[in-house]
Amino acid sequence: MSRPELQAPPEFYYGDTEAKKYTTNTRNQQIQADMTYRALELLNIPSSQPVFLLDIGCGSGLSGEILDEEGYVWAGVDIAPSMLQVALEREVDGDLFLQDIGQGFGFRPGSFDGAISISVLQWLLNAETSHPTSSPPYRLNRFFTTLYSALRNPSRAVFQFYPSSDDQIQLITSIAQKAGFGGGVVVDYPNSKKAKKVFLCLFVGSGGGQQLPKGLEGEEDDHVRFERRREKEKRRDRTGKRKGVKDKAWILKKKELYRQRGKEGVPRDSKYTGRKRKSIF
Amino acid sequence: MVRLITHNLLACHVKGCTSNNFPLALKDVQIELQEAEFNPEFVTNILPRLEWSALADAARQVGDTSLPAEQPEMMDDDLLRNLHHVLLEIHIVEGAMVCPNCKHIYPISNGIPNMLLAEHEIG
Repeated sequence: MSRPELQAPPEFYYGDTEAKKYTTNTRNQQIQADMTYRALELLNIPSSQPVFLLDIGCGSGLSGEILDEEGYVWAGVDIAPSMLQVALEREVDGDLFLQDIGQGFGFRPGSFDGAISISVLQWLLNAETSHPTSSPPYRLNRFFTTLYSALRNPSRAVFQFYPSSDDQIQLITSIAQKAGFGGGVVVDYPNSKKAKKVFLCLFVGSGGGQQLPKGLEGEEDDHVRFERRREKEKRRDRTGKRKGVKDKAWILKKKELYRQRGKEGVPRDSKYTGRKRKSIF
Repeated sequence: MVRLITHNLLACHVKGCTSNNFPLALKDVQIELQEAEFNPEFVTNILPRLEWSALADAARQVGDTSLPAEQPEMMDDDLLRNLHHVLLEIHIVEGAMVCPNCKHIYPISNGIPNMLLAEHEIG
């Protein structure tokens, strides 16, 4: 299966069924929650400070729920109406907007204390029409410049996204820097296939005071257990060497062999040969 | 749900619409009240970002007259509570927001405003 962003534009890809699936899948919920907590950590908001956040691509409110739990006041934008509908049903506290982030925001300067965005930016990297306003660099530029002005100074914006190549990371960071942002890319678990996560960590008004956080290192230990042993077992089965049960044919063959060798007391064959005893024995 | 706090931060973002594009006028709105936890620090923190007259106007349009037209110099507890109510507890469920400059209409249905632009309106 190819990446979702290559299949259809987000507002169509996340239709009613996909929106439900996306939100009810517990594995997906877990991943989204982990990434939201990590993004909040990277956002580095001093605790006890009451802030107003923007959730870019809030979707069905999986990340919004966590913002609610943590006591943040927030507003969210998303382009998929079905996802927003699910968010309404889940009764998240934030304000929801149906908005194409590639068209830019209309928020007044300095509106938000920070922004997070989970698994969204890669959707901006595909052109849907040949119109010039639909080209990825144009949309990214519009997005980052309007976001930059909507954020307070100083503040941060953290984006988790799935780039498919280094060129994409390059493109996104260069446009963000042109829009005025400082900061860069933070990669968690860079050596792991599954747990690797790319965060774009942008600063408004760095002023030398803000340093790019370090990505998490080390091996993740959350892969499925016994998977390797199961693989090995399967491989042995496939070679056909292992026949687990001693069936009737095998028993008859052995008895025949013993008789030929002249062994005494070999039981005679009957309809009971190789049958299982009743459990009453 | 559009609360008045976000309405107060929202300007029109149609191409070329850069002046007089705030505040978006509310039209035929239906509101819903939902209680929210009162956090005086949040209200004082957000206060410098708000446009007071626009907020008071918007509040009056949805039928809440607890805010004075001018921003008072001193904030007392009652006023903070009123402000909290106006900002975070009034939700606009149906209606529309209209840009005072270019007259672009942002319809609100089921609590979600549609901020999508046509191709020729993208800045």
